[in-house]
Amino acid sequence: MRSSRLIPSRETGLKLLRIVGFYVAVIALWSLLGRVEVWSPFLFPSPEKVFASLRTNFANGLILDGLQASMQRLVVGYVISFVLGMALGLLTAASKFANETIGGVVLGLQSLPSITWLPLAVLWFGLSETAIIFVVLMGSTFSIAISARAGMRGLPPLLTRAAGTLGATRWQLYRYVVLPAMVPSMVQGMKQGWSFAWRSLMAGELLFVSVGLGHLLDVGRNLNNINMVFAIMLVIIAVGVAVDRLLFGRAEAWVRERWGFAAA
Amino acid sequence: MALIADTGRQGGGRASAASDPEPLLALRHISKHFRTSRQDTLALDDVTLKVRPREFICIVGPSGCGKSTLLNIAAGIDTDYQGEAVFEGAPIRGMAQQRAVVFQEPALFPWLNVRDNVEFGLKLRGVPKEQRREIVDRQLALVNLSRFDRAYIHELSGGMKQRAQLARGLAVEPHVLLMDEPFAALDAQTRDDLQLELQSVWARIGTTVLFVTHNVREAVILGDRVVVMSPSPGRIKKIIDIPLERPRTPDDHAVADLAAAVRYELQNVGAEPEPRYAI
Ligand SMILES: Nc1ncnc2c1ncn2[C@@H]1O[C@H](COP(=O)(O)OP(=O)(O)OP(=O)(O)O)[C@@H](O)[C@H]1O
Ligand SMILES: [Mg+2]
Repeated sequence: MRSSRLIPSRETGLKLLRIVGFYVAVIALWSLLGRVEVWSPFLFPSPEKVFASLRTNFANGLILDGLQASMQRLVVGYVISFVLGMALGLLTAASKFANETIGGVVLGLQSLPSITWLPLAVLWFGLSETAIIFVVLMGSTFSIAISARAGMRGLPPLLTRAAGTLGATRWQLYRYVVLPAMVPSMVQGMKQGWSFAWRSLMAGELLFVSVGLGHLLDVGRNLNNINMVFAIMLVIIAVGVAVDRLLFGRAEAWVRERWGFAAA
Repeated sequence: MALIADTGRQGGGRASAASDPEPLLALRHISKHFRTSRQDTLALDDVTLKVRPREFICIVGPSGCGKSTLLNIAAGIDTDYQGEAVFEGAPIRGMAQQRAVVFQEPALFPWLNVRDNVEFGLKLRGVPKEQRREIVDRQLALVNLSRFDRAYIHELSGGMKQRAQLARGLAVEPHVLLMDEPFAALDAQTRDDLQLELQSVWARIGTTVLFVTHNVREAVILGDRVVVMSPSPGRIKKIIDIPLERPRTPDDHAVADLAAAVRYELQNVGAEPEPRYAI
């Protein structure tokens, strides 16, 4: 299992071939549909035009600026939501009273689509950076809180005992047993939290006038530039997939290696 | 044949133990109730057991007679009971490194590999890195796990997991090793192997062991004394001395004879049924 990462086997080669083949086919079909002009090119552009737009908007810095602004908001919102979510999760896991009271609120708010916080955020914070970060925050905090709570509650009492009989103090128990045992559940929760945060950020930027990827989509629409709209959407997809694969994919592989398939 | 000691006066049975040394672990008049909304179980009723230094004690008895309860009290996992549990002259107030436990289920940490699991107690204690390495290498060799030191827990077989648990317990050099049916989930062959291994480990390091098992033959193979418990309420019925040479194997005739004697005691434990639960 571990060696397969170093030496690409025949199987991984074939898998890669299948995936590349699929995308080549999709783009070829897209290109064909574009060329035949089944739909108006103002509504359905050819891939060549979309890639050209992508190149222009990368070259003139629009995409990079937007990307930077969006990522900044995302990171700030996500980091705050991690701290908040962990605190809420640990609190509701440790205290029965907190679980009965705050725990219920967390569950309720998690079911609320985070973009619905936007009107409230605008009323509270105005059309500001704070408002949009607030929306991102609300997107991921509750997923992280719920997974932190589940992770801590799911700790087998047997492992607590094992640590105790090996001489763990209360602090050591948290540091060396409770926290690492929470990792599989946290990875799931943080992945879900990230995807909620990303979605609400894009929605928020779309409804908002300021620099950002979501805003660029709106710019494209205002200019009636379908190529640009497609190009920005591709960037948004690429960022989502990259974070998912690179960050969370690795974290999940790390968990799978240790816990085995049971936790995957 | 077996020298049979009375429940009340352990130590008298052994010719060699003329003057009773100070017990390492003394459980005196231990009673334990489990109260739930539905029932009140008397899991232990006035149990007294004294364990001498370097002694290997096996506890057998039917399911539900309070073996695990007694072991948990000795470990300090359970501190809510009547009576007195004293270890090295001081009352037991909670869990401690000197009383290591090998649990029936493999209680290993899945986020650590075998080596880091065995190292765990040493790290908590702040043992320097070089010394930790040395101790862990020695323990892994002792239980035949050296080749698997980098493996994660889910990659081990059941027997290997229990050996890793044993190594982890031994690494902290406990004064007593408490084992609760550590081999119960294993097949007969692995179990025989581990019994031999445990005997040789014990012979080499000579720690004190309190060992719970359902398996009478296992108890006779491993123990200096076998404690037979009876259920409802949990009591010590007999303590049987096993004055046999070591290492012992399951095929020894003397082992079979003593196992029969223990089994005889066990058969009678169910003879006078009492109501199990007071409602
Ligand atoms: N947490 C608990 N709550 C209520 N009753 C309990 C609890 N733990 C044990 N008991 C009861 O105490 C009695 C002794 O249990 P214990 O686990 O010590 O038995 P045992 O001898 O170890 O059995 P086994 O051989 O099946 O492991 C049983 O009747 C059991 O039902
Ligand atoms: Mg038990």
